[in-house]
Amino acid sequence: MIRIEGLHHQIAGAEVLRGIDLTLPEGGVTALIGPNGAGKSTLLSLIARLIRVQRGRIEIGGHVVGQTRDRDLARVVAVLAQGAHVSARLRVAELVGFGRYPWHLGRPGAADHAAVDAALERFDLTGLRHRFLDELSGGQRQRAFVAMAFAQDTPYLLLDEPLNNLDIAAARDLMTLVRGLADEAGRTVVIVLHDINYATAFADRLVVLKQGQVVAQGAPGEVVSAPLLADVFGTAARVEQIDGRPVVLV
Amino acid sequence: MRLAGLGLLALLIVASLLIGAADMSAQGLLTTAEGRALLFESRLPRTLAAVLAGAGLAVSGQVMQVLARNRFVEPMTAGAGQSAALGLLICLLLLPGASIGAKMAAASVAALAGSLGLMALIRPLPPSQPLLVPLVALVYGGVIGGVVTFIAWQGDLMQLLGTWLTGELSGVLRGRYELLWIAAGASALTYLIADRLTLLTLGEDAARALGLNVGLVTAAAVAAVSVVTAMVVVTIGSLPFVGLVVPNLTARLAGDNLRRALPLTALAGAGLVLAADLLGRVVRAPYEVPAATMITVIGAAAFVVLLNRGTARV
Repeated sequence: MIRIEGLHHQIAGAEVLRGIDLTLPEGGVTALIGPNGAGKSTLLSLIARLIRVQRGRIEIGGHVVGQTRDRDLARVVAVLAQGAHVSARLRVAELVGFGRYPWHLGRPGAADHAAVDAALERFDLTGLRHRFLDELSGGQRQRAFVAMAFAQDTPYLLLDEPLNNLDIAAARDLMTLVRGLADEAGRTVVIVLHDINYATAFADRLVVLKQGQVVAQGAPGEVVSAPLLADVFGTAARVEQIDGRPVVLV
Repeated sequence: MRLAGLGLLALLIVASLLIGAADMSAQGLLTTAEGRALLFESRLPRTLAAVLAGAGLAVSGQVMQVLARNRFVEPMTAGAGQSAALGLLICLLLLPGASIGAKMAAASVAALAGSLGLMALIRPLPPSQPLLVPLVALVYGGVIGGVVTFIAWQGDLMQLLGTWLTGELSGVLRGRYELLWIAAGASALTYLIADRLTLLTLGEDAARALGLNVGLVTAAAVAAVSVVTAMVVVTIGSLPFVGLVVPNLTARLAGDNLRRALPLTALAGAGLVLAADLLGRVVRAPYEVPAATMITVIGAAAFVVLLNRGTARV
């Protein structure tokens, strides 16, 4: 469970998060949506302890962020930061192997190699394991990064806009894999998404942020509506129900 | 690849033991007293110095490139080398009779300060502009080099400075190169933490998210790089470009996983410096061209090629 209480955050004097109270249950996929600048990435970075908490309290899987050592939290929560920009020439298997660092602390053993193989297999990267990252397509690259987070073998997985710059096939593939992480591997996934249709199609819960506050949360069918889009995003898009879930017509 | 490299290096070492200004056959080197003295007092130390300095500089170049997250920096031209010279110069001016240990310490501390200064300077630069880092680093190194020149000028030490900072190995004798073993030790330390250093290539946030103690690993690496640079400057002078060209080439072949790349980098660095020194001995024998001059000719050309090719993929 992720429990957030009274979270405020300022960046350069501007208030980015203004009193977030949020409880995310164990399991399933939760999507954070909202317009640019709503504070989605900041919230995710705070949960992932990449930014120091200024005011408020975050608890993840029973650990209080800011009071738990990095090394211990690395076994509880894995994070894929936005636009993970890696210029180093690393092989796919090496990258995925880095996800095991919290467990082996520099000395990988048989269990770590097995975990890397399993992650490569699950993300359909086995055939690419010896390729360098700069020799992959955008979709393959992003799969490799999510596979690394998966190999970290943490109950919580935080993904910040993993669909950026992916075409529709790569984006759907990746979301299907992410869905599988929750359904089959029992991970709790929190994901920042830009495209509301991906959020309604693949997430169990949506949390809608606007100007640093939670304005709506719940199942996609309860949350996404034309009035909400008008209010939060300031755009007059139609919302239709198709196969029992809301679809935004762009 | 490593085996071939080792073979090549072995050949170079043998050649380096056999070739020199003194006229002595291979047999004479081992059988006559004069030959043995030549071998153990001069040629072997000189060869070892080239190997140790080359390996150390190449490794510290690769480590600094990881720390800076930029392929186009190396400690010798980016402030650490000039700072080591500054420390040495100040030590000589203030304590004319300083022991070698004091000189070593002064150079190391100054190199460390220079490296930390560089890290602080390039930290705010945007990663989207990869050429800014080497530009700032070269200017930074140039400024410190300028201060060194100014002080030497004031102290009437220009000539000394010239002979002393031009990296060349003709002066290496037994008893005058052993500091380089410290450089070798510092390089070996970076190999011990190679996995952790490689995690830094993912970026500071990602490394922290994996539970890495980023501050500690960075500090250890900066210290190792500074010690290697200082030891080389104190012993044989400034050898630019080794730390730049070699890691860039090995990254192409072996990638940036340091556990895999560092041995190859060390091997290639040793080979490059030894080959340059050998070439300098042969090119207009019996006179010598300094190894640094030979390397600069090769290295500068290679750097330009790398910059042109590299920007597209950084």
